[in-house]
Amino acid sequence: MKKLLVIGTLVAGLGMGSLVAAEAATAPVLMKPKYTYDAKTIIAGAKLFAMHCMVCHSVQFMRYEFLTQDLGMSKADVHKYIMLPTGAGYKANMISAMPVNMASKWFGRPPPDLSQMERYKSQDWIYTYLLSFYQDSKRPSGWNNHVFPNVAMPDVLAPIGGTWSKDGKLLKAGDESQQKFRKQVTDIVAFLRFVSDPSVVQRHEFGPWVLGLFALFTIFAYLLKKAYWKDVK
Amino acid sequence: MGLKEWVYKRSPLPEMWREHMAEYYAPKNFNIFYYAGSLLLLMVALQFLSGFLVLAHYIPSAENAYNSVFGIMYDVKYGWLMQYMHIDGSSLIFVLLYVHMARGMLYGSYKAPRELVWLIGYTLYLVFMAESFFGYVLPYSNLSYWAGTVITSLLKSIPFIGGWVTTIARGGPGISGDTLGRFMALHVTLVFILILGLIAVHILYLHKVGSNNPDGIDIKENKDSDGHPLDGIPFHPYYSVKDLSGFGVWLFIFSAIIFYAPTFHHIFLERTMSTPANALKSLPDVTPPWYLSPFYAMLRSIPNKTGGILVMVFAVLVPFILPWLDRNPVRSTRYRPVTRIMLIIFFINFFVLAWVGEQPPLPKFFLTERLGTAIYVGFFLLLPIVTMFEPTRKPPARVRYRAH
Repeated sequence: MKKLLVIGTLVAGLGMGSLVAAEAATAPVLMKPKYTYDAKTIIAGAKLFAMHCMVCHSVQFMRYEFLTQDLGMSKADVHKYIMLPTGAGYKANMISAMPVNMASKWFGRPPPDLSQMERYKSQDWIYTYLLSFYQDSKRPSGWNNHVFPNVAMPDVLAPIGGTWSKDGKLLKAGDESQQKFRKQVTDIVAFLRFVSDPSVVQRHEFGPWVLGLFALFTIFAYLLKKAYWKDVK
Repeated sequence: MGLKEWVYKRSPLPEMWREHMAEYYAPKNFNIFYYAGSLLLLMVALQFLSGFLVLAHYIPSAENAYNSVFGIMYDVKYGWLMQYMHIDGSSLIFVLLYVHMARGMLYGSYKAPRELVWLIGYTLYLVFMAESFFGYVLPYSNLSYWAGTVITSLLKSIPFIGGWVTTIARGGPGISGDTLGRFMALHVTLVFILILGLIAVHILYLHKVGSNNPDGIDIKENKDSDGHPLDGIPFHPYYSVKDLSGFGVWLFIFSAIIFYAPTFHHIFLERTMSTPANALKSLPDVTPPWYLSPFYAMLRSIPNKTGGILVMVFAVLVPFILPWLDRNPVRSTRYRPVTRIMLIIFFINFFVLAWVGEQPPLPKFFLTERLGTAIYVGFFLLLPIVTMFEPTRKPPARVRYRAH
């Protein structure tokens, strides 16, 4: 409920910079697809992200090298698929090449940084948002969105997923089948989820050891307690 | 004369050790709720450790605060561990505080001769609230910004000098980098030192009068020939080893949360903590963290700002006089079924208020909010009357304890 209301007041307004608050009650229900969350999915999502999203959006807290360290991508692959065309330094943050002040001028406001977007909005929101674009000739970009009305962002995934009308009719088919397209969107979501908290790799690596250690400690501490308390009648 | 004796002659520590550990006699029938006290000590120590490490990388300025916090999360080695320890630790401290206080209420630990222990302890709870508030403004997320704005605006309702006090508290007309500077100073020095001092005073005052127990009877009334309570056991080694196993279980739970559910379904780390402060993008419903939301729900239940603040201040302060509201000489609610039922309703109601306080301010929640406030206030109003006339069973002469 909270997130729907947050959406409701998100600032919109392409070009004019006017503030339009959407009615919270009309916000559509979020879709809940099945997500897979593993290194393979995240890397697939990272490739799609670098191809389609990073033109405008940064993930400023993320570094290219995390893809190698945490996900086991080879350095050559990071250079080839993620750091297009040549990219910044391998250890640098993943910052979009589009200058922020120019982007603000072109879109009315700068494309937001996506490092924490999954934490902020939830994966269901991002997934539904990416699938909720429709053609709207009244908007300067020609696009509008059901989840985020009057959003400044155009539907960059339309060439893959197809162009849709407001009432959900397919106007122009995309390159991929709907099934494959939706899988790709979940991949992007998986990447954004990873980016919002890359510590998940280390957490899940150390977790069993730390828990095991404390479990062992508890057992010995309990035996010690039992030995001492034997004479308490 | 060996070095050991040389030091012993000059040090107060051996005597303090005897007084507070080796010869401090505690009742032998403590149950699971009694772990909360020692666990709180452990958690405060861990908060200090994680806070110290986080502070080393934090920058208190409007431009850098948010980015420095995420610098810790992404770039500092094991920064995520410090950060999650500190975030989840603060919520868990409140879990333990509520268990600790509920225990005191269930077994009448606030009653004579432990009124001062209750007063100091409750003050400590309020100071923890302040500490956590200053803490969650520091990351300068959008929630920080708006929660800081809302909470400091409460000061505006102080008669005559409210506006001036608010400006002083914020360091300007609104929340800014100046606010971060003073809140960080309060968070890491003044308020934290106050917590340490009050903990010491709380324990000293407790050890003067001795611990209560689930049966609420005085163990000092039955002593053996040496003058030690028959139902008492020395804190060390008995309770030190018992609390040690409590530490083990608790650290297991704590690390399970850190490693597998660090946001705890966004209850311990709210979603709006993950977007930077923006003075032009107000949150539609600025809800406080879960541990403060019962009071927020009561504030909101009154459709008038000053009236709401008065109810909230009453709700926050009224537990101070609990020792004098309870008129029954029997301590433990084991022998006072009516009070026990009232308490259980009070606890459930507190959870309901916490839940409703996190909901958006919609008309469908108004009834729950107002009913919850009425039950909360009603409990304290009814208590003096009920405890004067309630049916009471006679507590046993000795504590009930089954060897295990």
